Amino acid sequence: MSLHKAVKKLYLGLILFFLYAPILVLMVFSFNASRSRANWEGFTLDWYRVLFNDPQIALALRNTLLIGVFSTVIATAIGTLAAVGIDKMKRRPKAVVMGISRIPVMMPDIVTGLSLMVLYLFVIRTLGIGRMGFTTLLLSHVMFNVPYVILSVIPKLRQIDANLYEAALDLGATPLRAFVQVILPEIWPGVVTGAMLAFTLSIDDFMVSFFTTGAGVQNLSILIFSMARRGVQPQINALSTLMFLVILAMLFLIHKRDQRQARKAKLHG
Amino acid sequence: MNRIIDLVDVSMTYGKQTVLNHVDLYINQNEFLTLLGPSGCGKTTTLRIIGGFEQPTTGDVLFNGTSILHTPPHKRPLNTIFQRYALFPHLDVAGNVAFGLKIKKKPREVINKKIADMLRLVNLEGYESRSTLSLSGGQQQRVAIARALANEPQVLLLDEPLGALDLQLRKEMQVELKNMQRELGITFVFVTHDQEEALTMSDTIAVMNEGRILQIGKPEDIYNEPKNAFVARFIGESNILEGIMREDFRVSFANAEFACIDKGFAQNEAVDIVVRPEDVRICAQNEGRVKGRVTQVIFKGVHYEMHVEAQGFLWKIHSTVQAPAGEEVGLDIAPDLIHVMKKENGKRNTESGIKGAEGSAS
Amino acid sequence: MKRLFAYPYILWMGIFIVVPLLLVVYYSVTATGPDGNTIFTFDHFRRFFAPITPGMDQPLRERIFVSVALRSIRLALQSTGICLLLGYPVAYIMTRKEYSEKSVLLFMLLVPMWMNFLLRTYAWLTILERNGLVNQLLSRMGLPMIDILYTDAAVLLGMVYNFLPFMILPIYTSLKKMDPRLIEAAQDLGAGGVSVFARVVFPLSLPGVISGITMVFMPGAATFIISNLLGGQQYFLLGNLVEMQFLNVGDWHFGSAIAVIMMLLMVASMVILSLFDKGENQGRSTII
Repeated sequence: MSLHKAVKKLYLGLILFFLYAPILVLMVFSFNASRSRANWEGFTLDWYRVLFNDPQIALALRNTLLIGVFSTVIATAIGTLAAVGIDKMKRRPKAVVMGISRIPVMMPDIVTGLSLMVLYLFVIRTLGIGRMGFTTLLLSHVMFNVPYVILSVIPKLRQIDANLYEAALDLGATPLRAFVQVILPEIWPGVVTGAMLAFTLSIDDFMVSFFTTGAGVQNLSILIFSMARRGVQPQINALSTLMFLVILAMLFLIHKRDQRQARKAKLHG
Repeated sequence: MNRIIDLVDVSMTYGKQTVLNHVDLYINQNEFLTLLGPSGCGKTTTLRIIGGFEQPTTGDVLFNGTSILHTPPHKRPLNTIFQRYALFPHLDVAGNVAFGLKIKKKPREVINKKIADMLRLVNLEGYESRSTLSLSGGQQQRVAIARALANEPQVLLLDEPLGALDLQLRKEMQVELKNMQRELGITFVFVTHDQEEALTMSDTIAVMNEGRILQIGKPEDIYNEPKNAFVARFIGESNILEGIMREDFRVSFANAEFACIDKGFAQNEAVDIVVRPEDVRICAQNEGRVKGRVTQVIFKGVHYEMHVEAQGFLWKIHSTVQAPAGEEVGLDIAPDLIHVMKKENGKRNTESGIKGAEGSAS
Repeated sequence: MKRLFAYPYILWMGIFIVVPLLLVVYYSVTATGPDGNTIFTFDHFRRFFAPITPGMDQPLRERIFVSVALRSIRLALQSTGICLLLGYPVAYIMTRKEYSEKSVLLFMLLVPMWMNFLLRTYAWLTILERNGLVNQLLSRMGLPMIDILYTDAAVLLGMVYNFLPFMILPIYTSLKKMDPRLIEAAQDLGAGGVSVFARVVFPLSLPGVISGITMVFMPGAATFIISNLLGGQQYFLLGNLVEMQFLNVGDWHFGSAIAVIMMLLMVASMVILSLFDKGENQGRSTII
């Protein structure tokens, strides 16, 4: 029995090692005194200094965060309203809208990216105005984020007792007030989940950004890709270490929040 | 008496499906009116039309004589207790009760006093800051009542409010609700499919089926004088037989002729005969108009239920005196306990049911 | 009334989801004729499947389009198979853990996924290079060095690495939903360890397996980054082919045709998988 357990533990350990090995390598080598990717030549914080003085990286980080925040806010607003509307649609049209909404989720990113590029260039060439850049990048991120918001809000809407909204009306609330005071608090966890998902997807996206950005507008993913082609500079290791730690901290907080909620739900349930 | 709500020729169709079929109904001030019927009969739709959550396809809804057809639900002076209560899960008990008052921008002191009053009324003092999720079904029910009554509605609409409670609690709440209605002096419109609940609580019962009101009247009248076989079958237990109206005051069924108190049928018109199980008298075989054999005896506490087979029809009979199984017995029925009804099929019957409703309520 | 809320989105959806796909389809079946007119043609698809196009001098000899497609499918299938073999036991072991351990393990599986995809993949370069960590270790142990970077094996490794969590999570979800009493019932009815698994556990986890397969196969068949970074600049899968047509060659018509073929491949794989999937599809919701 205990041998059995040991084998299981070893197996899980190996899989986790496999998943974490590349991340550990990046982190360790961000402190390597040598430029080399392979040889350890002593501890240094130089690459972090270089990182913070690199205007290119700073700009890319700024773009990533701006696109992330804006696309999240816009997509969450569109997606939440859309979910409320879709939830009230008749069965057939609802199935059609939901089916189309799932396309960006199911389709490979590369197809999403190139089809949007085709759309933008088609419009730009036909109308002869505008060019690819920050705006197209933002629109694209909103585009692939909205379905995730809808898909996280819809289940929450389905859980709501249909009478809740009517109960609010019954007690004298206007439809708008009933929505804000009763429906929104109920679906809020779904809205937050959708927003967080949207933000992470936006930060992490490479493929769609790569196709739909214009000259001179880079986010971190595009920058990393172009660097990886040219031969990677060690400050990227430093950057990835920092990003990883930030994400880890964020995830940890969310995880704690979820656990607290789960405990609370259990207490009441 | 003052009419507070009038449904005037209300019909409701969803696509091809007719949910309500020319319903006329008035509700008096301070009345406890129950809409009773099987699921899908249109009772909840009727309630939702009064509440303003559904728009009828045709017809009008009057409140104190003025149409409220185009008044949205949040402006109607009535409140609803929903099925499964629809308490706001993100608000505590006090928050739920105060919801309507806050919307009306009542001053803080007034709201606090009202919360205290209402929670006292429903026996939930001290529950103000409890989460609604932590309450039992019965307590949630009480919060829902407090929340609705806090708005001092003139009419309270209740949509199967006791359906989710267990039997014991349901009986208690029936009495409590009835008392509350009497004390507060407001009109209750109650929807249920439970005939016993309807008989216990109501001043007036409207029996519905397939989008029509079949009969409306006092509980006693509906029980004693069902208008047709459906009502008879739905309310209480009954023996329903095919019969022929020979002439006024004379009807034949079960291969026998009976005196009755009904008249006005065509000669030899086919009719439905309803006899309540407690109205059949068991006697010696040679004394009864119908002869049969007891097949089963079940002790029901207050009475015995006996099944008597007579010429292919299985009678259900309630009596405090038991005739043992296997015994040959005679059956007899007094003239005023035989209910003769027009055949259920065809529209004439149900229409007369609605028209006759006012008469039977008086 | 609330239905109105959906209308702005429906408009948005039309512009940003439906129109772009229609444009891609449009480009895939049209070409610019000799007199500058747009003409309807299936030439791009024919070109994709043609055995040899003579006289072409491009970085990629075109007769290998079909073989590129086949290689994409083969690698995606291989990575799916390996992920299933590696991932199922992980999911199974996880379900048997205590609650707190479960949530920690789940958390640990999710964390790497939130690290930038490119960076994670790029890190494998460091490990697999000729002078990389693996080879340093091997040579120190006196073993022969391996040279797998820029080969199928490296790309396959990258795929397994990136998509393994997408296999584990849906299987874990469907296993977790399973009533543990079912296993006891099976044991009670005389089933041993192997037959409990074969007759009860596995069939019940099938919806999770199906969505896991979908979520590994589809991105695998369409990958661009993994093949680009770990396969090298001259390594071509369908994704790289499409990218090259659009961004380097600038032939939208042919690029669109390849994109359409990719979409058809995805749809076909979804249809095939849905034949096995009687239950609800729970894949994406696991990740969400």
